[in-house]
Amino acid sequence: MAIEITMPALSPTMEKGTLAKWLVKEGDNVESGDVIAEIETDKATMEVESIDDGVVAKILVPEGTDDVPVGQLIAVLAEEGEDVADVDAAPSHAAVVPTPAQEEAEVPVKETAVSVVSVAVADPAVPEGTNMVKLTVREALRDAMAEEMRKDGDVFVMGEEVAEYQGAYKVTQGLLDEFGPERVIDTPITEHGFAGLGAGAAFAGLKPVIEFMTFNFAMQAIDHIINSAAKTRYMSGGLVQCPIVFRGPNGAASRVGAQHSQNYASWYANVPGLKVIAPYDAADSKGLLKAAILDPNPVVFLENELMYGESFEVPELDDYVLPIGKARIFREGADVTIVSYSITVGEALKAADKLAEEGISAEVIDLRTIRPLDIETVIESVKKTNRCVVAEEGWPQCSVASDVSAQLMEQAFDWLDAPVTRVNSVDVPLPYANNLEKAAVVSADDIIRAAKAVCYAE
Amino acid sequence: MTTKKSTKKTTAPARRRTKQPAQYNASNDELVEFYEQMLLIRRFEEKAGQMYGMGLIGGFCHLYIGQEAVVVGIQTALKDGDSVITGYREHGHMIAAGSDPKAVMAELTGRSGGCSRGKGGSMHMFDPERGFYGGHGIVGAQVSLGTGLAFAAKYRKTDNVGVAYFGDGAANQGQVYESFNMARIWNLPVIYIIENNQYAMGTSVNRSSSEIELHRRGESFRIPGKQVDGMNVLEVRAAMDEAVKHCRDGNGPFILEMKTYRYRGHSMSDPAKYRSKEEVQKMRAEHDAIDQIKERILDAKILDEAGLKEIDKKVKAVVAEAATFAQECPEPALSELYTDVLA
Ligand SMILES: Cc1ncc(C[n+]2csc(CCOP(=O)(O)OP(=O)(O)O)c2C)c(N)n1
Ligand SMILES: [Mg+2]
Repeated sequence: MAIEITMPALSPTMEKGTLAKWLVKEGDNVESGDVIAEIETDKATMEVESIDDGVVAKILVPEGTDDVPVGQLIAVLAEEGEDVADVDAAPSHAAVVPTPAQEEAEVPVKETAVSVVSVAVADPAVPEGTNMVKLTVREALRDAMAEEMRKDGDVFVMGEEVAEYQGAYKVTQGLLDEFGPERVIDTPITEHGFAGLGAGAAFAGLKPVIEFMTFNFAMQAIDHIINSAAKTRYMSGGLVQCPIVFRGPNGAASRVGAQHSQNYASWYANVPGLKVIAPYDAADSKGLLKAAILDPNPVVFLENELMYGESFEVPELDDYVLPIGKARIFREGADVTIVSYSITVGEALKAADKLAEEGISAEVIDLRTIRPLDIETVIESVKKTNRCVVAEEGWPQCSVASDVSAQLMEQAFDWLDAPVTRVNSVDVPLPYANNLEKAAVVSADDIIRAAKAVCYAE
Repeated sequence: MTTKKSTKKTTAPARRRTKQPAQYNASNDELVEFYEQMLLIRRFEEKAGQMYGMGLIGGFCHLYIGQEAVVVGIQTALKDGDSVITGYREHGHMIAAGSDPKAVMAELTGRSGGCSRGKGGSMHMFDPERGFYGGHGIVGAQVSLGTGLAFAAKYRKTDNVGVAYFGDGAANQGQVYESFNMARIWNLPVIYIIENNQYAMGTSVNRSSSEIELHRRGESFRIPGKQVDGMNVLEVRAAMDEAVKHCRDGNGPFILEMKTYRYRGHSMSDPAKYRSKEEVQKMRAEHDAIDQIKERILDAKILDEAGLKEIDKKVKAVVAEAATFAQECPEPALSELYTDVLA
């Protein structure tokens, strides 16, 4: 069989090129690896190597020819033992066209919005008579980790100051005593490194809980969260999994300035392959952190420093696990829907109280999970109230609020009586001065103003 | 910026390089096996290059031609349960780990029969059943990830080791040193294989590195390192045996710097203007890993030319079969677009 040499593609984008020079002539012997020609692309002059042994039987495109399309036959080699004269220069096959997939007919409709839709799941019923205990968010988070660590030896906690110091914000208090230094691990200050180490351990089937002292420092590690943890399952066609939780405080704390105060919810929520959770109260913190640890996917779990010390009722149950991807209607109302998550839920509830005094009945929805986003619950609420305000302590552009309002515009347009309104932090790096900081973050008053505006109340 | 190439070379002697480096005492069968494996990788890569030229393979495609002795020497020293991870120049690593060349080639062509079902491509291949964890496109990422795989081996109290391969260019990433530090303080069974092929795209080690003796990069972390002739599979294997023993015995991480060379451009679209043809030709002529082992086999009369030819034929057939499979296999079903995002 003669060996056909075609005009090679020499870059991801090349379609044609100039055959600048032949370095062999008809009758020459070539070995695999010999340079046989030079080709000019729009970017560079490249050498073409023979990948077979043989004798050059025919050169079909003379040197100096411009615009030779990729795939065109340019020469033919006679294989060892083959007579050069017998070689037929006619191309034996056209350029290879990939075989299309069999089921081309049933092309699924392109889903541009999140393809992993949250299923209709409800919070587990808390049996009547269940004892409720008052816990801080901090304790609830610690209990969630401790309970899962007791059940599963593959779960371990790693981060800066998580063990001997008991946590920079004391969230991991007591874990070292109970589980020992092999499962509660103090790291050096190397976010990039230990996030990657955690992802690698998760590839091997362990279930790391990686604490970032705050999510501001996870910027050093975001490459592993996104490129390694979130994408590997897909890139491996499902062969490699990454059951890992990245957790820590997120968003503004109190007067720590711009570098320590950012909300990353919308950053992570943009990424397929991740789940993103941002709870408000203690019960949700516990139930959702347990769910995050149990989940076989990488989960970004965004806490809030200002909430750690707040106390809430938590059902005293052996295994209180909440569904990921389910929003919670915190307060029912009829006139306007206020959507929020994390610390801002508190502001939304305050706003609802005040609005009630003025005769406006607000429904408050806590998203709890940012990805997958439970837009159904929001839509159902908007169908009832016909108005929506989305409040979020974070910058406005490309925010979670932007996304909720875009989805409402697409999916609930006919039910809206006013534009969906975003209430975000002021679009500046967070300032230090007490008065400026207060003015920058979202307050109940901001939410009230927006709610009144969409209700066309003065 | 100007570089002080000449002074660097003279002031940085290869301190740990012994005069008479140990050679692995291979049996006749092993010598033939090494030859066959290296040849398979080379022929596979040549075929991949050709198929790229035919437009059958898209995107970036980084060939391993020239470096075959490294992966064959390293992989043959491992046992079940050991983990391996590397960057985007990983077709050879997949094959050496025992993956089916058909699945590797079909991944290159983006077909349903590819090892990642066509969703990973040239730079993202995985075979966790054989301990191979990718195939990563971010330079240096595999070093932290591989340290994590070794962490898991230790956490589970096995005597398995983790191998993290990376390039001379990757050796300048910060996370490499974060990983070295953690591996040392936690005594992790990880072997760092620096495949020093002397270039990171167009930047030579001399231009990019303050310490070009890369095996010394672990010194301030108290990690032992060794420089190895990466063109000699028997030296690679001997050094790896030592590193593996060190790790399995619970002595923590080890660094092996493999002095090697890639014959082709960085990727298919690299005209390689940063080095001379003579430099490449000299390496091929004087240090080629496959030629070296071939000579050894002939000298020791383990096989004659005809015997070697038989192996060549066998290898060619495997590669041809892979190439055919990779072209005939259908593209992934469109419904695959939405699968494997989440578990
Ligand atoms: C973080 C990052 N930066 C840059 C690149 C682009 N890039 C891909 S390979 C490469 C050179 C790496 O060289 P080296 O580590 O020596 O490995 P080799 O290609 O020689 O095997 C660069 C700069 C990348 N993929 N990732
Ligand atoms: Mg290199």
